[in-house]
Amino acid sequence: MTDIVSTAPIQVAGGRRRYFDPGYWILNLLTVAFAAIWFFPVYWALATSFKTDDEAVRPGINLLPEAIHLDGYAFVIQNSNLPIWYVNSIITSVAVTVLAVVMAACAGYAISQLKFPGRKLLWYTVLASFMVPVSALIVNHFIIIADVKLLNTHAGIVLPMPITPVTVIVYKNFFDSMPREYREAALIDGANEFQLLFRMFIPMNWGVTTALAIITFIGAWNSFLWPFLVAQNERMMTVTVGITAVQDTFGVAYARVLSGAVLASLPVALAYLIFQRRVTQAITLSAGIKG
Amino acid sequence: MTKNSRSEYLVAAVLVAPFVLIFGWMFIYPTLQMLQLSFTKSPLIGAGTWVGFDNYIKMFNDRTFWTAIWNTSYFVLLTVVPGTAAAMIIALMVSRLNGWVQSIILAAFFLPYILPVTVVYLIWDWMLNLQFGIAQFIIEPLAGKRVNVWRTVPWFMPMAALLTIWWTNGFSILLFLAGLRNIPRELYEAAALDGASRWQVFRSITWPLIWPVTVLCLTIQLILQLKIFDQVYLFAQGGRTQATMVLVQFIYEQAFQKNSGGYAATIAVALFVIVVGFSLLQFQVLRARGGNK
Repeated sequence: MTDIVSTAPIQVAGGRRRYFDPGYWILNLLTVAFAAIWFFPVYWALATSFKTDDEAVRPGINLLPEAIHLDGYAFVIQNSNLPIWYVNSIITSVAVTVLAVVMAACAGYAISQLKFPGRKLLWYTVLASFMVPVSALIVNHFIIIADVKLLNTHAGIVLPMPITPVTVIVYKNFFDSMPREYREAALIDGANEFQLLFRMFIPMNWGVTTALAIITFIGAWNSFLWPFLVAQNERMMTVTVGITAVQDTFGVAYARVLSGAVLASLPVALAYLIFQRRVTQAITLSAGIKG
Repeated sequence: MTKNSRSEYLVAAVLVAPFVLIFGWMFIYPTLQMLQLSFTKSPLIGAGTWVGFDNYIKMFNDRTFWTAIWNTSYFVLLTVVPGTAAAMIIALMVSRLNGWVQSIILAAFFLPYILPVTVVYLIWDWMLNLQFGIAQFIIEPLAGKRVNVWRTVPWFMPMAALLTIWWTNGFSILLFLAGLRNIPRELYEAAALDGASRWQVFRSITWPLIWPVTVLCLTIQLILQLKIFDQVYLFAQGGRTQATMVLVQFIYEQAFQKNSGGYAATIAVALFVIVVGFSLLQFQVLRARGGNK
């Protein structure tokens, strides 16, 4: 174990090895093997989803499906509410993302660039709310949403979710670091604050906005507890909640169940694979490390 | 001048209004309402009666509450330090690689992090299936028999912890990689010139310089895992949920299955206090770290 750890800096130091180093290659092989084991459950879910239900429960270890069967996928799409859940997930996740990012950008801009009474108070409240566990508020969220008759609606799912103090904090910090002269020059040219925000501050921090939007979208798509509580009608469920209902109705048909699981993760997996760098940036930013 | 600053107030008000509105409605208001509700005996929906500290007295005498506290602590113990250690080792391994190989290996380690929890549940339910699960080929030689993991209490939490580490570790791995990248190369070059051994290099350069990231990961993980619910709820469905009860699950049970809104709010206050307490501690730790620099 210590050996794995201690060799790490070699590559960091430029990787100039003047002699053949077997330790170096053994460690690299170990890394690849470990990554393969780590990834195996994901692979196994994919492999199972391409099998037939009989093939999936055949005794022994069959690492490869005999052929790519799409029966499981076809069955789930035709015989469950998955298409509706998909629509629900897209509507709610996009709404949460747009609301969270726009609200945070506006609030972050005001706190960073404008003088107004209550600015300090607002900023400290945002900082403090960072600590509040949203899962402690589920009971009261439910009561509030029931009060305004929004249970089992898209709005009900969306409303408590775009509260992301981190997003405000990240925006505020980025806007703080914009050079003062830009703003002054634009103001002299007769631009108003809204133009400044939407034509200058956001476009100049476009990378941050994309990063925050992607991570918010992934988070909204994946959120379980709140959508699970508020959408009890099966036709209002999101995919993330719904796929467990598939399992309940299909029983031990694992190829079908895992086809549902693969379909449910497809958008977030693609978002990650396409925007890898942005996801990484968003994660390091939200943890307070400069990315 | 006054006209200018007044219009600035107006613009600011328009900009912060949506955030403040939703924030007040969905954050401040429910927090206060939760406090108020915890002093009443009331159903989930509907009016209640003021009962003072009765709910709190009930909670401290409730065995299930202490089971939930114990299980949550046990889960935290099983995930936070082992998970962070695993993330550090993985980050050190990944940082040795270069180019596209590094990207692929990192993606393999990171991908589980972006999966929805229900997908993680379905994958591991299948992996560990008593009859057909591929993981039983490992469990059988170790335990001497196939184990119905989610129905066997001593297996439940360790396995839930293991797959939680598998699921959430990508986050810590990225933080460690960022930390490793921030270590100046010159330090390693100087150490190489001095003929330092690999272990010496790790002990006196890498370890002290990624220690702040380690503390950050530990505290983030601690606060995250205190709020454990999803996995435990999903895997315990249909089994003996009392034995593996965690705090958020207890709130859920009291509010949505037993219809005691007041008591559920009391447990929520307890969770609130615990999490805010640890967050303040985290804040102190991070500030102390900042002060040292």
